[in-house]
Amino acid sequence: MGRYIIRRVLFAIPTLIVISFVIFAILDLAPGDPTASLPLTIPPEVREKIREALGFNDPFLVSWLKWLYQMMIVEPIYLIEQMFNITIGDSENRVRIISWSSKAPVVDTIIERIPQTLWVLGLAFILGIMIAIPVGVISAYKQYSVFDNVGTFVTMVGYSVPTFFTGLLAIVIFSVWLGWFPSFYDTTLVVNSWETLVLQFKQMIMPVAVLALFNAAALSRFTRSSMLDNLNEDYVRTARSKGLNENKVLVTHVLRNSLIPVVTLIALQIPGVFAGAIITEQIFRINGLGQLLISAIQGADVPMVQTLTFLFAVLIVIFNLVADVTYGLLDPRIRYE
Amino acid sequence: MKRTKWLALFAVLALVLAACGDGDDGAADTTEAGAPATTEGPTATTEAPDTGGTAGQGGQLTLLQWQAPSTLNPLLSGGTKELLAASLILDPLAEYDPDGNLVATLAAEIPTVENGGVAEDLMSITWTLKDGVLWSDGSAFTADDVVFTWEYCTNTPDCTQSGFFTGVASVEAVDATHVLVTFDALTPFPYNAFVTFQSPIIQRAQFAECVGASAAACTDENFGPIGTGAYMVNDFKVNDTVLYDYNPNFRGAADGKPFFGTVLIKGGGDAEASARSVLVLGEADYGWNLQVDPIVLADMEATGLGIVKAGFASSVERIMVNQTDPNPDLGDQRSEPGTVHPFLTDPAVYQALSMAINRQELVDVGYGFAGSPTCNVWPGAPYASTANDACLTQDIDGANALLDAAGYEDTDGDGIRETADGTPLFILYQTSTNAVRQSNQDLVKSYWAQIGVDTELKNIDASVFFGGDQASPDTYQVFYADVEMYTNNSGSPDPQTYMSNWTTAQVISPSTNFGGGNIPRYSSAEYDALHEELTTTGDLDRRIEIVKELNDLVIQAGAMIPLIYRADVSAFANSIQGVGTLNGWDSEYWNVEDWTRSE
Repeated sequence: MGRYIIRRVLFAIPTLIVISFVIFAILDLAPGDPTASLPLTIPPEVREKIREALGFNDPFLVSWLKWLYQMMIVEPIYLIEQMFNITIGDSENRVRIISWSSKAPVVDTIIERIPQTLWVLGLAFILGIMIAIPVGVISAYKQYSVFDNVGTFVTMVGYSVPTFFTGLLAIVIFSVWLGWFPSFYDTTLVVNSWETLVLQFKQMIMPVAVLALFNAAALSRFTRSSMLDNLNEDYVRTARSKGLNENKVLVTHVLRNSLIPVVTLIALQIPGVFAGAIITEQIFRINGLGQLLISAIQGADVPMVQTLTFLFAVLIVIFNLVADVTYGLLDPRIRYE
Repeated sequence: MKRTKWLALFAVLALVLAACGDGDDGAADTTEAGAPATTEGPTATTEAPDTGGTAGQGGQLTLLQWQAPSTLNPLLSGGTKELLAASLILDPLAEYDPDGNLVATLAAEIPTVENGGVAEDLMSITWTLKDGVLWSDGSAFTADDVVFTWEYCTNTPDCTQSGFFTGVASVEAVDATHVLVTFDALTPFPYNAFVTFQSPIIQRAQFAECVGASAAACTDENFGPIGTGAYMVNDFKVNDTVLYDYNPNFRGAADGKPFFGTVLIKGGGDAEASARSVLVLGEADYGWNLQVDPIVLADMEATGLGIVKAGFASSVERIMVNQTDPNPDLGDQRSEPGTVHPFLTDPAVYQALSMAINRQELVDVGYGFAGSPTCNVWPGAPYASTANDACLTQDIDGANALLDAAGYEDTDGDGIRETADGTPLFILYQTSTNAVRQSNQDLVKSYWAQIGVDTELKNIDASVFFGGDQASPDTYQVFYADVEMYTNNSGSPDPQTYMSNWTTAQVISPSTNFGGGNIPRYSSAEYDALHEELTTTGDLDRRIEIVKELNDLVIQAGAMIPLIYRADVSAFANSIQGVGTLNGWDSEYWNVEDWTRSE
């Protein structure tokens, strides 16, 4: 198992380098200009000077290798330095990845954004799991009952309606019509009292609910079908004939076995949730990574877009590995060499 | 064995939980790390003299800027969103009021030839600074800071506002309160450098180490500039929010200014969501740049929580008429100066094209009260000409008669007129991708169809169309089309620089990408001579006369078909008082220290 993980990690490195190259190539081929959003009153020679200063006119390979060096060497060293408060080598003169629009290190901005994304996504994810598994189990156990039919309908709606629609719908209903929740997320709110906690809860409830519905939909479908597969197995009949009560049969025998593919799916879904958050964050004006990505794309801020998409790629690679490993841990029949 | 399974399951859940736990810690960390000014801000507050007045007693002012600022150093970003956010902190020497009049900000008065501030030979200007102005850190603002601002911008390649110092030979501090700006050449309008929110003064003490290539590395400085304005940065989150505290050292503090104790600029969402937050939900006090369907906006305003204001300056949505030949068969001579368009330089054709347009309908469909029809290059008083106002009424019959008389007949019966040598009147009409522009394009196409002119519509993503990519055939400068539509405006209420965009020296040549702002490649010796006269004339009445003549030359030569005089549109909550007219010439927050809230 240990050797398997090491092999997979080593294999991930060339994969990520290729991914970064592809992202870079796509961004380079895509039209766009960091000075396009400036007012037309700024003269062309000033624009050219800005492009030159940003390195926009550098050849493709040069800027890619520079970025790769900064991403793989400079930024990790910087993070280590910050974490342990030490200096490694010539840290004054190492150039970090600088955003074209804010002129600030890209990684600092990303670190500033991560908490908001994790709060909303994490809560939505846990809430999604907490809804999905019981719904899936009951739906399967009482197949074709009213509960199953309603559950199927709701999850299919949740799965097929995109979050940008449910998000806007939630704003129209709960902010505009009912006036219960604010339509935008106040990121400067500091939770230090009962009132601010209530405010925080109020502003988080809509984005979390929208994302949770989306997550729960897929998961509960999966749990249901996995449960259905197992319910007809011989070992279930054996357990029942042993005289175990129904609760015990369901929870200790069927559910435990059915969760194996579900846990894997949960791990695989995590990067996808980040992607789903891009749109949700934009709608609710949450200053997370997704909103950062959108504003960077609009501003043709190539270093920011490049770094963010690369981080998403890293997440996908990592969680694929996590999924494979947990699968092996959960199911003794699977062995990796 | 069973135990390991459950352990693994818990491990996964713990991972997710840990992620959230991190979030909590991280949030606490970033409020410290992410706000470089925090350390300066509160310290300054505690050290500041107790004004004993009512400044900063008005609670929070919430401003929505759906495009959020990415930096607070306006000299490193020319984007309006950053300039606006910085205008709460930094001041120029003088700014414009909504009518385009100069108002002294850090200067004691506006220098003129009469008061001796502007030299008789129009080669220099001496600014006298207000006495006793303090930076928000309590130190004195002096002429040296003004000199430094010029040094910073001219020595830093990233400085987007270096255009404001074009023609400036030197900036010197005569003494602590006098700044002498000397020009390379005769400068009848000397109020560019250090005027408006695009050219504010930064502090030498703070930025001294940030000149040149190191400008970008000065993140703390760029995210928390020390200013002389009504507010100072408390917390800045890139592309998201800016939280300001009032500046107790502000020069108006003794008069109880500013009223609001804190200001929050919140970004994200889009124009329509901002309008809804201000006008329908009452969640915010101000919504910026509301380019929203006029009908939707009027509906929102009808809720009664706020009002929509329009600020007119010099923005004109126009159709630029290519004077050169964009025919692809010409190869690298395409759209080059020297070629002549087969029919668009004929007065009959461009006059007919202009007459056929129903400008009021274009306004009603796309702009509402954010626009009004115009027939001029320069739409605002006192420079606006009245010689071309006939275009305000659509005249299809007149346009047809004009084309008939000029010999453009539909010889092959396809509904499209041809020139004498059989070239059909076919026009490629390009603009940027934008719902309003596309609906206007459709309307213009339908008007031109009624006079026998065939139009093909093309729209190009704004980041490409307005981007300066020299390799792209789709930028507005390269202009590989017969006509194109966009908005441009003058950065200054003085038209001299703006009107140079039609001189021969500014003609663009796409193959070399050499040249300046003369997009239609209009060239006229008469125009050049008249503009030359403008650059050496100091008398305002004569300047107004010249600008009107220049305006009429461009319009009558058909280099530009003006469509709509456009305004900036923003929404204000009803409770916000003291805003006055929306300022189209300067920062919309130019008088934020006067804003108050009534209950």
